[in-house]
Amino acid sequence: MCLGIPGQVVEIIDPADHRATVDVDGVRREVNVGLVMGDAGGLQVGDWVLIHVGFAMTKIDEEEAASTLDFIKQLGSVYDDEIRDFSTEAPL
Amino acid sequence: MNDDAGSHEDEVLERIEAWRRRRPKLKDEFINSAHGAGGKASAALIDAVFLEAFRNKTLESMADGAVLELPSGERVAFSTDGFVVKPRHFPGGSIGDLAVNGTVNDLAMMGAVPQWMSAGFVIEDGFPIAELRDIVADMAAAALKAGVQIVTGDTKVVNKGACDGVYITTAGVGVVPAHVHLDAKSVRPGDKVIVSGKIGDHGVAVLIARGDLALEADIPTDSAPLGELVEHLLAAAPNTRFLRDPTRGGVATVLNELAREAEVAVVMQESALPIRNIVNGACEILGIDPLYVANEGKLVAVVPPDEADAALAAMQAHPFGVDAAVIGEVRDDPPGIVILNTGFGGNRIVDMLVGDPLPRIC
Amino acid sequence: MKFVDEYRDPAAARDILSHITGLAEGHHYKFMEVCGGHTHTIYKHGIENVLPETVELVHGPGCPVCVIPMGRVDDAIAVAETPGVIFTSFGDMMRVPGGNGNLLEAKARGADVRMVYSPLDALRIAIANPDKQVVFFAVGFETTAPSTAVTVLKAMQKGVTNFSLFCNHVTIVPPLKAILESPDLRLDGFLGPGHVSTVIGNRPYRFVPQKYGLPLVTAGFEPLDILQAILMLLRQIDKGRCEVENQYTRAVPELGNPRALEILNQVFELRPHFEWRGLGFISQSALKLREEFAPWDAELRFSVPGVRVADPKACQCGEVLKGVIKPWECKVFGTACTPETPIGTCMVSSEGACAAYYNYGRFTKHQTVPVELSRSVKTPEPV
Repeated sequence: MCLGIPGQVVEIIDPADHRATVDVDGVRREVNVGLVMGDAGGLQVGDWVLIHVGFAMTKIDEEEAASTLDFIKQLGSVYDDEIRDFSTEAPL
Repeated sequence: MNDDAGSHEDEVLERIEAWRRRRPKLKDEFINSAHGAGGKASAALIDAVFLEAFRNKTLESMADGAVLELPSGERVAFSTDGFVVKPRHFPGGSIGDLAVNGTVNDLAMMGAVPQWMSAGFVIEDGFPIAELRDIVADMAAAALKAGVQIVTGDTKVVNKGACDGVYITTAGVGVVPAHVHLDAKSVRPGDKVIVSGKIGDHGVAVLIARGDLALEADIPTDSAPLGELVEHLLAAAPNTRFLRDPTRGGVATVLNELAREAEVAVVMQESALPIRNIVNGACEILGIDPLYVANEGKLVAVVPPDEADAALAAMQAHPFGVDAAVIGEVRDDPPGIVILNTGFGGNRIVDMLVGDPLPRIC
Repeated sequence: MKFVDEYRDPAAARDILSHITGLAEGHHYKFMEVCGGHTHTIYKHGIENVLPETVELVHGPGCPVCVIPMGRVDDAIAVAETPGVIFTSFGDMMRVPGGNGNLLEAKARGADVRMVYSPLDALRIAIANPDKQVVFFAVGFETTAPSTAVTVLKAMQKGVTNFSLFCNHVTIVPPLKAILESPDLRLDGFLGPGHVSTVIGNRPYRFVPQKYGLPLVTAGFEPLDILQAILMLLRQIDKGRCEVENQYTRAVPELGNPRALEILNQVFELRPHFEWRGLGFISQSALKLREEFAPWDAELRFSVPGVRVADPKACQCGEVLKGVIKPWECKVFGTACTPETPIGTCMVSSEGACAAYYNYGRFTKHQTVPVELSRSVKTPEPV
C-alpha cells in the first residue's frame, strides 16, 4: 500500500487526540498525526506531511526536498560542462 | 530487447487485440455495479441482452442517441437517459439539473437543436413532496436555460424500499439541421481532439458529496446545457467530424469508443489536459485517474486540423467553453488504441474502463 | 502540486537519462523495484520506455493486495455475508477475486460491504452503528500496519467492542529474501520501497548488499525519484560500491519512524507463516494481533472457512514475480487472464506487473511523437 501524498497542515484540531486538518491543493481532510507529533520540533501549522490512508506517516523535510532537486539540476549543468569541454578540445 | 523479442511482443499484442475485438461476452448471471459504469462490462451487457433482443440498424450504431429520418427528409434526434445519482443534491446542482442537461447534451452531441423532452418519475412511498418540488424546480430552471420544454411525463409510486427516493428518466427530441453530419467513421488521421473545458469536476463533486471519504473541497458539478455551444462550434467548424460528452467513464471512455468505432489511434498530450488544481489534488489523494471521471457539462470534439483554431476560438468565446483546449490528435497506428504522452516524457495507453473507478490506496 | 510536480520535470529527466545511458553502456542491467507503488508509477508515467535498452526494470512482488491468497478473500466474503456485519475495505481489495467471486459481487448479492479510505473511517462506522458488527479488512505492508494498530488502540481506549480486524498485514523483508534465494534470478540491484521505509527506515535492507552482494537504493515515487535512484545504483556499480543508499531523503529518515515501530510492536506479532499468492508459504512474514487485542480479532470472533484455494494451473505468476518472464510472455496473458478476469496475483490489482503492463504498457515500446497543439486564441484564466 504505497500511495502517499504530500499535504500541508492547516489546522491542529485536537493535539491530545492527534487530529489535524491537512490540505492538498485545496482539498482538505482530517488526518491522524499521532505518528509524527513526537518528532523533533513537534508538528506545526504549515508543516508538510506525507499522508497515507488518513494518517501522517512522516514530516517532509523541505531542506532535503530542495537538495534532491538541486542535485538533479546540477546533473544537467555537469553534462553541459562536459559538452562544452568536449567541443573546445582540439580534435585528434 | 532484441528485434526478435520485439516482434514476438508485437505478435502477442496483436493476438490480444483480436481477442478483445470479439463480441463482448456476458458471463455474469447477476447484474453488478460494473454493468452500469460505462466500460467493458456495460458494453457486454448491452450487446448480449439489449442489442440481441431489439436488433435494428439504428440501435446497432450505438451512439448516445438515435438519428431518425422522417419521410420529409428531415432528421430527428431522439435520446433517453435515466438518473439515479446519490446524493440527490450536491454542490452546484441536483438530480434535477442532470436529468435535463443529460438528455439535452445527448441530443446536442448528435448535432440536434434540443427542443422537447419527456420526464418520467418513479417515486418511493413517503418521499417528501417539498423535495420533489425542489427537484422539479431545478428541472424547470435547467429546461429554461437550455431552451427546451418538458411536454409530457409520467409518475409512478412504488412501495417504501422499492426504489431509492426518486428515479427520473428523461427522453428528448430535436431536429438535426440538414448540413450537419457527425459520424465517428468520418474521423481521419491528422484530425485534432478538443475538450471544451476542465475535466473531472462532476464525478469528484459527487464522490465528495457522498461523505464516505471525509474530504472537504470546494468542487461544484459542471452540469450545463451544451446545445448553444455546439451550435457555435458547428458554425465555426462546419466539418466537425464527431462530438460526444464524456459523462460516465470520462474522456478516456469517449476516446476509446472513438478509436474503436473509427479504427484509428488517438494520442493525447498529458500537459494539455485542462483540469482544476483542486480536482487534480482530490484525484491524487484518492488514487483515481481524472480521465475516467464523469463530466456533465463538457464535450469532446474531433475537428479537421484546418478548422481546429476556429473551433477553439468559437468555444472559448462561449461561457461553457472558456477553457477549451486541443488535447490530442488522431493517428492511424495502432488502431483502436488511445495513448497518452505523459508530462514527464514517457507514454502509456489509456485503456477502456474495467468496472467503477474505485479509489486506489496503493 | 508541491513536492510532486517538481519531480515530474521532463527537462531534468533528460539530464538524468543522459547520465544513466552513459553509465549503463556496454552491459545489460536488471534492477528490481520491490514495491507495487513503484510499478504503478513506472507504468503510469511511461518511465520504462525512456530508459536506455541497457537498463531493464523487473517488477517485484511488493503488492500487498495482489499477494492475498484466494482462500483469504473467500474468508473475507464469508465474514461479509454474516448477518449483522458491516464489512469495510480499501477500494483496491474489493475487486480481488477469491474462489467464488469478489467483495463487490458479494455486495451486489446483499452483503453490507463499504469502501473506506482509512481504518479510522471503519472505526467511526462501528461507533455510529452500535447494533452492528463492523469488520475492517486490514491489508498492506509496514506502511499501513501502524495505522491499523493506532485504530485498534483507539477502539480499546474508547471501549468500542463491535469493531474487529481481519488482519492480512504482511512485511517486506521476507519476500525480498525469497526473491534473492531464488535460483533462476539474475539481478544487479534493487529500488527499495519508499513508503515502507518511512516506517522501518533503511537499516533492515542491509542484508541485501551484505549477504547477497547487491546494492539497494530506497526510492521515492515520482519519475525523477526513480530515475535518480537508478542513477545512484549505476554509480555504485561503476565505483565498485555495494550498499544501501537513500534517494528519498525528504520523506525517509534513516531510522524510520520509531513511534510507528513502537505501536506496531505493541499491537502485532509475527505469524509463524503465511501464504503469499504466487510465492507460496513464507515464514515470519505476516502480522496478527497480540493476545491482549484478541477481542478485536475478526478471525476469533467469526468462523471463517480457512480453505486453501490454489491458483489455476495455467498461472505463471511465480515466474513473472521473479522477473524470469515478462507479462506478455505468460501463456494466458491478455486472453484468459485479464484485469477483468484475473487468474493470478500479477493481474489482480493495478499494481501487479501484468495488470500494470496490460492497463498502461501495451503498445508503448516506441516513443510516440508529441502532439502539435494549436495556438489558442485566448489564454484561459488560471483557477
